[in-house]
Amino acid sequence: MVTQALVSLDRATVRLGSAAQVAALSEVSLSVAPGERVALVGANGSGKSTLLRCLHGLQTVSSGSLQTTPGVRQAMLFQRPHLMRMSAQSNVALGLWLRGTPWAQARQQALMALQRVGLGDMAGRNGRALSGGQQQRVALARAWAMQPDVWLLDEPTASLDPHAKREVEALIAAFTNEPAGPGRPAPSLIWASHNLGQVKRLATRVLCLEAGRVLIDASINDFFNADWLAHRSPQAFAFVQGETA
Amino acid sequence: MNTWTESLHTALGLVMSGDATLWVIVMRSLAVSATACAIGCALGMLLGAWLGVSRFAGRGALLTVLNTLLALPSVVVGLVVYLLLSRSGPLGFLGWLFSFQAMVLAQVVLVVPVVTALTRQVIEDADMHHGEQLQSLGAQGLLRAGLLAWDERYALLTVGITAFGRAISEVGAVMIVGGNIDGFTRVMTTAIALETSKGDLPLALGLGLVLLGVVLLLNALVSLVRRWRERLDTQTVAGVAW
Repeated sequence: MVTQALVSLDRATVRLGSAAQVAALSEVSLSVAPGERVALVGANGSGKSTLLRCLHGLQTVSSGSLQTTPGVRQAMLFQRPHLMRMSAQSNVALGLWLRGTPWAQARQQALMALQRVGLGDMAGRNGRALSGGQQQRVALARAWAMQPDVWLLDEPTASLDPHAKREVEALIAAFTNEPAGPGRPAPSLIWASHNLGQVKRLATRVLCLEAGRVLIDASINDFFNADWLAHRSPQAFAFVQGETA
Repeated sequence: MNTWTESLHTALGLVMSGDATLWVIVMRSLAVSATACAIGCALGMLLGAWLGVSRFAGRGALLTVLNTLLALPSVVVGLVVYLLLSRSGPLGFLGWLFSFQAMVLAQVVLVVPVVTALTRQVIEDADMHHGEQLQSLGAQGLLRAGLLAWDERYALLTVGITAFGRAISEVGAVMIVGGNIDGFTRVMTTAIALETSKGDLPLALGLGLVLLGVVLLLNALVSLVRRWRERLDTQTVAGVAW
């Protein structure tokens, strides 16, 4: 049986700069099936964020194509979430309201989402007054409330302290393990990370990027099999060695 | 007694005596400038917010023109509005020349470029920092601009104060289109210009000090409101819709 990809990129190239002189992505192909958890790893500037932005439609491809299954809902989380100068509950409700939910109903659902991330008692607090970890949890609640089929996360725990990191990671694991909605499969997860421990814990597949190109696209077991990786991609092997040194 | 001391005495005397003529002029100045500022802010913030999130061919040239208009001399604005409102002008049928409306119109023309340029900068900076996150939630175009404007409301409050300052302190435009008619279109700045030309420098300076005092009071009030709101923002706002 062939599972239809929720989102896929075919030989996508993204050129940035006023004269489109910088290739942020070069000929990248990626196809993500329902329930897959794809980690994007690579050095800074390797194209992880650009790839996520392409998949989310925030960045247009210069050549190649992006295909998304109609009706598929996406939610994206950024390294530093921006919360509006309003209560945490309204921040979560805003995402729902922008997708057509009436405001009063959106606020009710927002409260449930905040309770789900353990911030029910912070619902009335201004988003800007919360700690970094709490803000990221509000952003997670905002994404979860939209019941996405595809989660796109751009280094969601990079700017958090170890305790907040664990909390946010546990929530990501929980959210991507449960069905996206009634009668729907578990969502797909595509996220950029520098934390190889986190990659090991959450991913089923790893895409290693360098200078906008895919060095290797491997299953989690293969990626962390040193012999296999060293044989298939010495550059990706060197990257992993560098990260784990 | 030197001119400065005399002026201070005159200013205090004018305020303390509750001089009716003075207060009518002060109130008229405030009314003209507040109305112009409100209209100018509504138009300028809308246009500035749109410019802040829009990208189109010729935008750079438009921004250059807009920034040039920041230095628009008020007498030139007065002259243009005068020509528009004069009997043979395209807006002559309104019969607004030498009226409150004419002064408001002139000040709106002065204020709109200031508000537009400053709002555009505020919204563009905000859009660069977190516009993508709003886009990701589904906010596009003007809706995103509106949300960013709401988020940057304290910065825009400062834009409003700047616009009010520009409006209430100008003299050239209101002099030309208002005519400085006693009891009808005389405002603080035109009264100061008149007293100076008559040689009554203490009274002119006194009026100037009253004008500064009024603006100072307004700014202090806005600053207090802003600080109060910011303090409220960092506290629990349970039960409040926003």
